[in-house]
Amino acid sequence: MSVAGARRRPASGLQRNRRGGVLSGVTSSVPTGDAEICRRLADDLDAGFVDLVGAYGRLVFTVAARATPAADAEDLAAESFLRAYRALRGYGASRIRQLRLRPWLVTIVLNSARNARRDAARRPRTDPFGPGEEPLSSQRDAADLAAAADAAGKLGRRLAGLPAKQRTAVVLRHVVGLGLAEIAVILGCPEGTARSHVARGLAALRAAYAVEGDPAPGTGHGERRGT
Amino acid sequence: MNPRARSSIEEDLRLLEVRPPRGFADRVVARYALVAGPVGELCVAWTSAGISMADFISPGGEPGFARRYRERFGRPILPAARPLPGLAAAARSGRGRKLRYDLAGLSAFEVGVLEATLAIPVGEVRPYAWVAAEIGRPRAVRAVGSALGRNPVPVLIPCHRVTRSDGTIGNYGGGPARKEALLRAEGADLDELADLAAAGVHYVGSTATGIVCLPSCHSCRRIAPARRRGFRDLAEAGTAGFRPCRLCRPGLPRSA
Repeated sequence: MSVAGARRRPASGLQRNRRGGVLSGVTSSVPTGDAEICRRLADDLDAGFVDLVGAYGRLVFTVAARATPAADAEDLAAESFLRAYRALRGYGASRIRQLRLRPWLVTIVLNSARNARRDAARRPRTDPFGPGEEPLSSQRDAADLAAAADAAGKLGRRLAGLPAKQRTAVVLRHVVGLGLAEIAVILGCPEGTARSHVARGLAALRAAYAVEGDPAPGTGHGERRGT
Repeated sequence: MNPRARSSIEEDLRLLEVRPPRGFADRVVARYALVAGPVGELCVAWTSAGISMADFISPGGEPGFARRYRERFGRPILPAARPLPGLAAAARSGRGRKLRYDLAGLSAFEVGVLEATLAIPVGEVRPYAWVAAEIGRPRAVRAVGSALGRNPVPVLIPCHRVTRSDGTIGNYGGGPARKEALLRAEGADLDELADLAAAGVHYVGSTATGIVCLPSCHSCRRIAPARRRGFRDLAEAGTAGFRPCRLCRPGLPRSA
């Protein structure tokens, strides 16, 4: 027991300084994830796809919910994954191994949102058959929803009010944590332009805080300005 | 600008990450399982939206089924770890009404036909024209036939229970022999129905109740022979003072 305890690495090495530059470097939570999942997709597309949905469900959902004006983020996320699957079916194994999954998936979500908006304008939705109950998958945790609504509601609404380019850039940079180079590829603009979209978006959000004069949510349990 | 506010807005943005709801992967990735049907084995595919495909397969036919599914729906599919609750029982008993189906991609007409068909009880049969009348399209009898021919979920949505009004069983995607075997396995008296049709009897009434039924309706199978009366059509039954059965709804348009 004591031997095993002595061998354990100290956890402090993983902790990050809140104000230091390390925080802004938290860009990729799974650095080797992409390559590993690409390998699994190339080996067995359908089995690998379950891993893909597991690993990038958050990324796709977050982009669907925060970076697009989609009415139903779950529909958009599901549609985006299906588009990804259909595309992968047409790719060879070597192309799949070289994919950069995160920017590739984000691009698919943004394109799907555009298409969905165009389709919605063209034709009304028809109801599939069956009772009108909710599919199992959309039963969210009530506690989860309430907590998210409470903490994120205000900032989320302000974010939704940003111009599309800035909103997308801020979400990709600071909500899902992509690098500027990836964001530039996704937005189809130079890196400098991507950086300025992010900066202007952030400035607008800060200005909104200043106008409303309330402390930033999420940090301030018990903290007051000016004390 | 104060650096505390600066770092906090970026941290707050991190909190806007949205987690997929539980079971989200089951909405994207379909599963399939093999179940014992009344006649042979049936392979069934579903997502959390419902069952979307079923097929008779021979032993070892699962990979072929999965391939056909991917071709048709462009969706990943894997063998299920657990069978869908209620599926095995429904396949065995022929009662597929309580299961949930995902018929996205079919036309509103096709969905209507399959929905009406789902209401036909085990062991009973209905003419194609009955389905057409049920969905308020009494003249679309042939279209009903082709919609049933494209039923993506045979057995569970019992298109085998729709037969010709001349007493023959009509066509079937899995072959007429299989249709006959399915109907006999669930207790339909095909020989009696053929005899009645040959004698020009398409409706059977009871002189005790004054109610007229389709010949396979379970409520008219109990009529004592002395009280049984056959009719060629509903007009004849109406003239004789009979009213249509509310269970098998002979020739009734769907109540609005």
